[in-house]
Amino acid sequence: MSAFRPNWQALLSLLATIYSLTALPFTATMNPAWSIAAVVILAAGALVSMLRAASSIQTTALALASFGAAALLIVGLADASGTATAGYFAALVAAWLLGWRLVTVLSGDGSRGSQSGNLISITVPALFGIWVLILWECIVRGAGVPFVLLPPPSAIGLRFAGSLPILAADFRQTVLKAVLFGYVVGSLTGFLVAILADRFRFFANGLLPIGNMVSALPMIGIAPIMVIWFGFDWQSKAAVVIVMTFFPMLVNTLAGLAATGDMERDLMRTYGASHWQVLLKLRLQAAMPFIFNALKINSTLALIGAIVAEFFGTPIVGMGFRISTEVGRMNLDMVWAEIALAAVVGSLFYGALALLERTVTFWHPSYRR
Amino acid sequence: MPETVISAQNLDLTFETNDGPVHALKDITLDIAEGEFVSLIGPSGCGKTTLLRVIADLEQPTGGTVSINGMTPEQARLARAYGYVFQQAALLPWRTIEDNVALPLEVMGLDKATRSGRIKSNLELVNLAGFEKKFPWQLSGGMQQRASIARALAVEPDMLLMDEPFGALDEIVRDHLNEQLLKLWAKTKKTVVFVTHSIPEAVFLSTKIVVMSPRPGRIHEIIDCDLGADRPLDIRETSEFLRIAHQVREGLKAGHSYDE
Repeated sequence: MSAFRPNWQALLSLLATIYSLTALPFTATMNPAWSIAAVVILAAGALVSMLRAASSIQTTALALASFGAAALLIVGLADASGTATAGYFAALVAAWLLGWRLVTVLSGDGSRGSQSGNLISITVPALFGIWVLILWECIVRGAGVPFVLLPPPSAIGLRFAGSLPILAADFRQTVLKAVLFGYVVGSLTGFLVAILADRFRFFANGLLPIGNMVSALPMIGIAPIMVIWFGFDWQSKAAVVIVMTFFPMLVNTLAGLAATGDMERDLMRTYGASHWQVLLKLRLQAAMPFIFNALKINSTLALIGAIVAEFFGTPIVGMGFRISTEVGRMNLDMVWAEIALAAVVGSLFYGALALLERTVTFWHPSYRR
Repeated sequence: MPETVISAQNLDLTFETNDGPVHALKDITLDIAEGEFVSLIGPSGCGKTTLLRVIADLEQPTGGTVSINGMTPEQARLARAYGYVFQQAALLPWRTIEDNVALPLEVMGLDKATRSGRIKSNLELVNLAGFEKKFPWQLSGGMQQRASIARALAVEPDMLLMDEPFGALDEIVRDHLNEQLLKLWAKTKKTVVFVTHSIPEAVFLSTKIVVMSPRPGRIHEIIDCDLGADRPLDIRETSEFLRIAHQVREGLKAGHSYDE
């Protein structure tokens, strides 16, 4: 048995590393010795990963090589934007391939290992995200992409860290006031109206077409009207969010209430159960997967609605306000910082709902254990 | 002479469908006495399930009358005079087995102490003690159906209405549950109306077999089945058993159940 076990990521990485030697030093300010160091690290990582060694040795070597080389490459860009050579990008590709190999080894080469599954399910997406940031940073700064087109993540991060009070104020205004209020009121009224519409059929017949129409209205159209009706402050944004979230909840709850099987309804009938008993003990429970669907859809709709509504008039605070004014002032790093904030808030919101859904609808075939 | 508990007089039921009216039940007259085990047997479409649903007030007849202990079906349903067992267990997946058995008791508004007493005794009756905290989807099909029988019995009804309760189970489980059902029936002395399309099942379980025939659904013949109270599974190889089974098959044939 040979001590060597080649894999394509490492082989390609070696090729890219060798090619990178043709264009030393990598950038205008990068010390040739540092460039050579990066090459050596990359080659060593690729070679170790092809040895028949324990996966812990492989992952350590791959992590050190890929991130070490990446760190050298990022540092080498100091005061040298736009001067990266073809060798620089070849080395970047080599480091990225080793990162890919690292993820492959961590995922257990396709075979399902049961041990430390939870840790891996967090590490793999984290590694993926980190590599997106590394590539973004190196390509944007290495190739000298204009700041207005796409700022590097480091600049966005610096701006984010330097503008925490502003971001916090915007978060309070947009998320804690407009989104939260609108989301709760919109979803709750959608739910309650669905319960009523289910009890009194004529209500549903009259309401659904109107609801359909309202949901088809472009948000861009209703936002200015809401600003005229409810003023510049967060109330008008909450109103937009209510309009946007009401209908998904209404339709999903109605669909969920209709999801109960005939046999279960007959069963409740043989017990002589009242309408409200059937609703509470049977139909609402069966509707929960649908209701959570609406809650998840609404969580993203609410954030979008509140941010866009702020484009149409607002006091001088709020995430949408900040985005629209900073674009005008060409402060694209601030715009991206707000986008990053919105992404984090949206993901946390959605994630919390998904977690709650798992607890409430644990019985659903997709969550059973 | 035991008292008559279910009495159907000249029942008619016609469903209006898009393809025109369907005559599901025609002129059904049937008396069932207290403590009897009556099987309704016949091919699909003979109205046996419909008849059971009319007794349970899940369908309204278009003609004739049904009386249950002197009450209308609706009064009997609201008085929880019967427990109904469906073709599938129909247990609620978000409730544990004990909470599923508690469901009708909660609807009735019984207090917690009474509820837990009835849950315990009825789960023991169907040999499911120890599975109280399990969820339905963690149990086999046969166990699920036993839990649904415990749920029907927990109401403490005078009678059990069973609609092909073992139809979805394999034969080995079915034999086992048939035996258990007989013991249960001997222990509880309930009146049972049992819908099936299996001849051996009907003969093994019943004191009386109602042979029905299709288009329109009507009673072809009522066969007494007096195999005695003690019926081990082996009884199905005795000549008496085979004679009754043959009689049922002849009845089905004469009622055009085997026609194309």
